[in-house]
Amino acid sequence: MAEFRFTVNGKPRMVNTAPERPLLEVLREDLHLTGTKYGCGEGQCRACTVLLDGKPAITCMLPVKNAAGRKITTIEALAPGPVLHRVQQAFLEEGALQCGYCTGGMILRTVALLEATPRPTEAQIIQTLDGSLCRCCGYSRIVAAVRRAANDAVSGGDGR
Amino acid sequence: MNDVLDFERYELREELAYRFTPDRREFLQTLGAGLLFVFAADAQNAAPETRIHVGENGHYTVLTGKIEEGQGARTEIAMAAAEELGAPLSRVTVLMADTSQVPNDGITAGSGTTPRTIPAVRRAAAAVRKELDKSAQSVTPADWKVLGTPQVRTNSRDIVTGAHQCPSDVQREGMLYGVVLRAPAFGAKLLSVDEKAAGDVIVVRDGDFVGCAAPTSFSARQALHKIAATAKWDVPTTAVNSTNLFDHLKAKAQSGAASGRNRPIEQGDVDAALQQAQRKLEATYTAAYIQHAPMEPRAAVAEWRDGSLTVWTGTSNPFSVRDQLAQAFQIPAAKVKVLVPDFGGGFGGKHTGEAALEAARLARAAQKPVSLRWTRAEEFTWAYCRPAAVIEVRAALDGNNAIGAWDFTNINSGGSAIDSPYKSVAHRIRFLPSDSPLRQGSYRALASTANNFARESHIDELALAANMDPLAFRLQHLDNDRIREVLQAAAQKFGWKDRVGKKTSNRGIGLACGIEKNSVVAACVEVEIDPRTRLPRLLEICEAYECGAILNPLNLRQQVEGSIVMGLGAVLGEGLQFERGRITNARFSAYKVPRFHDTPSKMDIVLVDKKDVAPIGAGETPIIAVAPAMANAVFAATGYRPRSLPFAPVPARA
Ligand code: FES
Ligand code: FES
Repeated sequence: MAEFRFTVNGKPRMVNTAPERPLLEVLREDLHLTGTKYGCGEGQCRACTVLLDGKPAITCMLPVKNAAGRKITTIEALAPGPVLHRVQQAFLEEGALQCGYCTGGMILRTVALLEATPRPTEAQIIQTLDGSLCRCCGYSRIVAAVRRAANDAVSGGDGR
Repeated sequence: MNDVLDFERYELREELAYRFTPDRREFLQTLGAGLLFVFAADAQNAAPETRIHVGENGHYTVLTGKIEEGQGARTEIAMAAAEELGAPLSRVTVLMADTSQVPNDGITAGSGTTPRTIPAVRRAAAAVRKELDKSAQSVTPADWKVLGTPQVRTNSRDIVTGAHQCPSDVQREGMLYGVVLRAPAFGAKLLSVDEKAAGDVIVVRDGDFVGCAAPTSFSARQALHKIAATAKWDVPTTAVNSTNLFDHLKAKAQSGAASGRNRPIEQGDVDAALQQAQRKLEATYTAAYIQHAPMEPRAAVAEWRDGSLTVWTGTSNPFSVRDQLAQAFQIPAAKVKVLVPDFGGGFGGKHTGEAALEAARLARAAQKPVSLRWTRAEEFTWAYCRPAAVIEVRAALDGNNAIGAWDFTNINSGGSAIDSPYKSVAHRIRFLPSDSPLRQGSYRALASTANNFARESHIDELALAANMDPLAFRLQHLDNDRIREVLQAAAQKFGWKDRVGKKTSNRGIGLACGIEKNSVVAACVEVEIDPRTRLPRLLEICEAYECGAILNPLNLRQQVEGSIVMGLGAVLGEGLQFERGRITNARFSAYKVPRFHDTPSKMDIVLVDKKDVAPIGAGETPIIAVAPAMANAVFAATGYRPRSLPFAPVPARA
């Protein structure tokens, strides 16, 4: 057991735990942030995506010790107030979710993509999200949601 | 294993997974004020049921035993109630699958919610409205204001914010995390194990069940590894593996079992007709075992209090799981409560309650709530799968290009959509159960995908033999106007007539149609053969679908799109590999499911809305046209005909 400190959703947090424990399980079991999901444990589905220092990262294979000192953002903190983030809003409007289990991970990947590439081409969207699985197979709507979010940003949207 | 596949309802029937020893030493209860309406339900189910609660604040709560797994039942039920109550959708909440509060609406499966539960909800809501306002009129589809409009899932805000809790997200005060020791191979028996090896955690051994519970899933896993290292197993030898599977299924086909529901559908003397025919076509088609692989693996949280048990779990069959728990723990069903939070996908794969039983057993020993989540490998290995199929088809054309003989035999996978919608002079259509080496059960549209794949491939061959356009051949021989209508709709939108017969290198078009559970589908596709993998890429699909009056067109589109891409998985690469009682590809890196890059860039969905036809469930049937349309397109592109699911690579040209 050892102590690890990091910033989670803007707040400093400390956990005392086994260093090899996957960050995913620490977030879910110790910090009760269950919006980050387990889907495979082998880096194949990206349901366990968070933003680590602003970049998307999978957490199922990331030992908690490697997250020490870093900034973690989970889906729960994307819209701190009652107004949804434009990417969340776009997923809602396009009906880009069925069971919703993959949705948090998809949204965080999209947020990071649009930050780096505000007007992604279809090929860029597919390439960026290809590592993320949706077993409800709602891929075409997810792509449409990404496009909508990109267009909303360019046309001003809600300014975020 | 020899699970009996029910011919029509195709439910998995097997012994209770666990029967635990009662151990007394281990032992140490909504809605607010308002009006609760109790109705005598359908004629066939006379028991009164509580269905709608009218809150003092004018908010309605609909109670149902149905579950939500992404298929859209929650929203559809809310829409149906809102419509009949004359209330906005925002004033209706649906309370689903809490066995202590809701009516038993049966299993959520077989596209049954739309034809059976929706009418029950509408009747109840209409009765409530009459009760509140004697002058209220009943609503007809022509006056629909809520139904028939596109609505997003009512609780989708909680999903995009991460607030929604799936069964695997449920957390209780003082909760532990559980894991279960799994056998190294199917049918292996535990000879001995040192439970003390685990150290300071809760360990349970009860018959063949061994599990640990600890404050984190990491520590529970570590303890289990130590125990597993001491376990001795008696592993049975088995010669059946994924490479000789189809020979095995054929050899064990139970042709004598063709009675009762499995009675063949027969007309005329098919053998004689085949013997006399000039133009005969005979082929065998196969389908591999596949897994549902929902994004959320099986999960349950169990909590005991004063001898009563509460379980949160992802199952399509909450009342059955409640009864299984009561049986396994030998307690009255009244002491068991099962709650099903909206869960992360099922596709027919979560009709059972394994995780619920396992979590409850550990929780009883721990005297604390226990959360138990299957890993992906467990889900691939120990969940039941879609049955593999061997399908033998013999057919003949007579002088007038009529189908003179049609002899169709499905071995092992089931009888759904086995009946042919094409006119034939003589036919024999049958399902023969076999000896399945893997645990098999339901799946989205179950056997209808394999049956339609074989039939629609073979119909294409007959069209070729008749020297006819596959569209014209089908239109001529179909005995079903609804199929004909969707087929024409798909073909028109796709531009079939202008595109058929035009050769583009490495590309081809194909079509297929079908009927299952009373809804009808047709698809036209264009594929391109990938020069590297020699497998087809789906470039374009136009699918037309008709399921009576459309309740929620947005949800319907999602179901059709999802079915198409899921169906693509079974074409392109899904298939369980197994050897010596072990699944050898129990992970997404080895078992390939569809991804973004597999999705066709052009997907046209034509929804045929029949306001005068009672709504039909739509979560399954749209899957059945994809594989055969693609097989027919591969043939058009290359002259090679895929006869297996998943497709084999197209042989390189000689
Ligand atoms: S759970 Fe982390 S990539 Fe699948
Ligand atoms: S919405 Fe179900 S897995 Fe993506």
